[in-house]
Amino acid sequence: MGSSVATFRAAAAAAGVFLSLTIVAAAEPAIREVRIGMIARKPPPPPTFSFDAVPEDEGFAGARVAIKENNTTGAFTGRRYVLDEAPLKEGEPPAETARKLIEGGAGFLLVNLPADDLIGVADAVRGRDAIVFNVGAPDDRLRGADCRANVFHIAPSRAMLTDALAQFLAFKRWRKLFLIVGPKAGDKLYAEAMQRSARKFGLAVGAEKTWEFGPLVQTKGDSPAQADALVFTRGADYDMAVVADEAGDFGDYIPYRTWDPRPVGGTQGLVPSSWHATHEAWGAAQLQNRFRRAAQRVMRPIDYQAWVAVRAVGEATTRLPDAGPKDAGRFMLGESFDLAAFKGVALSFRPWDLQLRQPILLAQPRALVSVAPEAGFLHQRTPLDTLGFDQPETACRWR
Amino acid sequence: MPMALTERTVRWLRRAAVAASAALALLGLTASALAYTIYVSNEKDNTVTIIDSNTLQVTNTLKVGRRPRGIALGKDGKLLYVCVGDDDGIEVIDTASMSVVRTLRSGPDPELLTLHPSGNPLYVANEDDNQVTVLDVEQNRVIAEIPVGVEPEGMGISPDGKLLVNTSETTNMAHFIDTATYKIIDNVLVGARPRYAEFTADGKKLYVTAEVGGTVTVIDAATRKVAKTLSFKIPGVNPEAIQPVGTAITKDGKKVFVMLGPANRVAIVNGDTDEVEKYLLVGQRVWHAAFTPDEKLLVTTNGSSNDVSVIDVESLKVVKSIGVGRYPWGVVVGP
Repeated sequence: MGSSVATFRAAAAAAGVFLSLTIVAAAEPAIREVRIGMIARKPPPPPTFSFDAVPEDEGFAGARVAIKENNTTGAFTGRRYVLDEAPLKEGEPPAETARKLIEGGAGFLLVNLPADDLIGVADAVRGRDAIVFNVGAPDDRLRGADCRANVFHIAPSRAMLTDALAQFLAFKRWRKLFLIVGPKAGDKLYAEAMQRSARKFGLAVGAEKTWEFGPLVQTKGDSPAQADALVFTRGADYDMAVVADEAGDFGDYIPYRTWDPRPVGGTQGLVPSSWHATHEAWGAAQLQNRFRRAAQRVMRPIDYQAWVAVRAVGEATTRLPDAGPKDAGRFMLGESFDLAAFKGVALSFRPWDLQLRQPILLAQPRALVSVAPEAGFLHQRTPLDTLGFDQPETACRWR
Repeated sequence: MPMALTERTVRWLRRAAVAASAALALLGLTASALAYTIYVSNEKDNTVTIIDSNTLQVTNTLKVGRRPRGIALGKDGKLLYVCVGDDDGIEVIDTASMSVVRTLRSGPDPELLTLHPSGNPLYVANEDDNQVTVLDVEQNRVIAEIPVGVEPEGMGISPDGKLLVNTSETTNMAHFIDTATYKIIDNVLVGARPRYAEFTADGKKLYVTAEVGGTVTVIDAATRKVAKTLSFKIPGVNPEAIQPVGTAITKDGKKVFVMLGPANRVAIVNGDTDEVEKYLLVGQRVWHAAFTPDEKLLVTTNGSSNDVSVIDVESLKVVKSIGVGRYPWGVVVGP
């Protein structure tokens, strides 16, 4: 009698153990790994003294913060997000690196490279179950004639940036512009975008001059050049000087050195961008704090853009649990994709060129000035589509 | 012995006085609406504005800690709890003396809080730390810290106090927490940037707002499945400005008020059908709201216009705006 009770107890205990094991197994889904690769070139070594040099971890630091956030969510959904960082060595072809990342299981690729390198990566991984996020290149042609069906653009295009500035100027009724254009290819493209934005929003480019005095921001104390530069803006009739100097070689030399007392904007002065260290509205202060704790520096636009890309992957793979990279990409183009990214409205992608719709911040070095789209600029779809190339004007034909 | 009061007369007189004052109080109740006290936290001013619900006039402004947001009243209305996020604490205010009696150790950056129906413990969302802190308000002691998603904010407690729901703004989930074990028992995906969770008084339904998604998710509390997702359309208001934040549900569950942020509107949802029936224009960036205990009035905080709107619940009309401090955020109404 006694022994049979004991046997029964032992059996029940064994069953209990078995039961609890199965329950645990059911409650905790198998952890699935989502690998995200990131390719970028190391920034050139800064000059001996640079007060705001491009940090070596630019972009990567933003992606790392987003990976951590995705993993907090992943703990509830049974997903683990891994960042495969691939900083390119001197002369290393990015397309090869991209192929290796995909072979290693990374179906989502963040790319912070110039336009031609980005196209190279996109074409190299075409036909694979992979999608590419452009986190750095602002070129309008990447969203136009050179668009690729597997590239999502997180970085705002030049047209979006200059449209944001133009809306602000139209709002202020500062209608006459003086364009100061640097010698580099990107500077000319920025100036072209500004010209287009001026036409779009009823501004006038009264004067346009090319900057011929070299990188005066870096080579201070060259007095003959300075003397010429000081009279460079004389005789022009304008409300605001707009500089096109993407490398930051001379733009910061212009404010307070114009002949007439005029404000300066563009790539320096009042700058349109995706992110700014002083932006704190709509919960942004939390992201700024998280980033600062993790990276020991302020968040820059490229960091934010990488953060957005990784969060977009997190959002798509959470909402659509069985999605591969291409499925996730299709989902991101759907009506139900809303990305919260501390800009006050949901961000989404434009299906005609895969550009991320986003408000653009206008900031001076230490303060936020405005956020575009400005009030009163209307659009039948969303005010966000007043920035950049709209559907009827796109030159993008998928191939 | 003409005027000498015996012990018995004294006792009788006392009893009569008590009865008379009780009768007076009853009279007061029927003659005009009972005067309630409305408390509004002003995020940018570091103050709490106090309004009399009868006269609808500001009667007092209290200085509190930095960045007051979430605000709650103890069971009998004697103690007011205010999250002071930038001071990493929760101030406890004695509503009789209107003074801060102590500061609770809430963990970092408390934003929203909710009390157990019994008045203790207090559940706090620590926005910067991905956790919910459970606090014993009497002993000022942390009982538990529960890891949740990124940027926890909304906190709803079931009427029986058994289930706590926390929403996380960047994870986009409603986390169902067992208040006995402090364990998460379920997670439900909701719209982008969920801000607030509220159970109906019968405990059967849960409403979760999503600010960036522009939706309200109605969850069946028993099965923890999404029953319906509400969205809002207002003629002349662009869809991106429609950002649901706070909710207020009548005790009978028939009317659900949803504060729509920069749309400057309050939506009224029929609690039986979960269909939107009406929109009311209120102040700018309407955030949270609270009923008077008799549910005759609803008071909304309007962050950008620095005022509160008073809605007559029966006629569904906005009857008054009252200027308060800068960035009014939370509101509670007590006796």
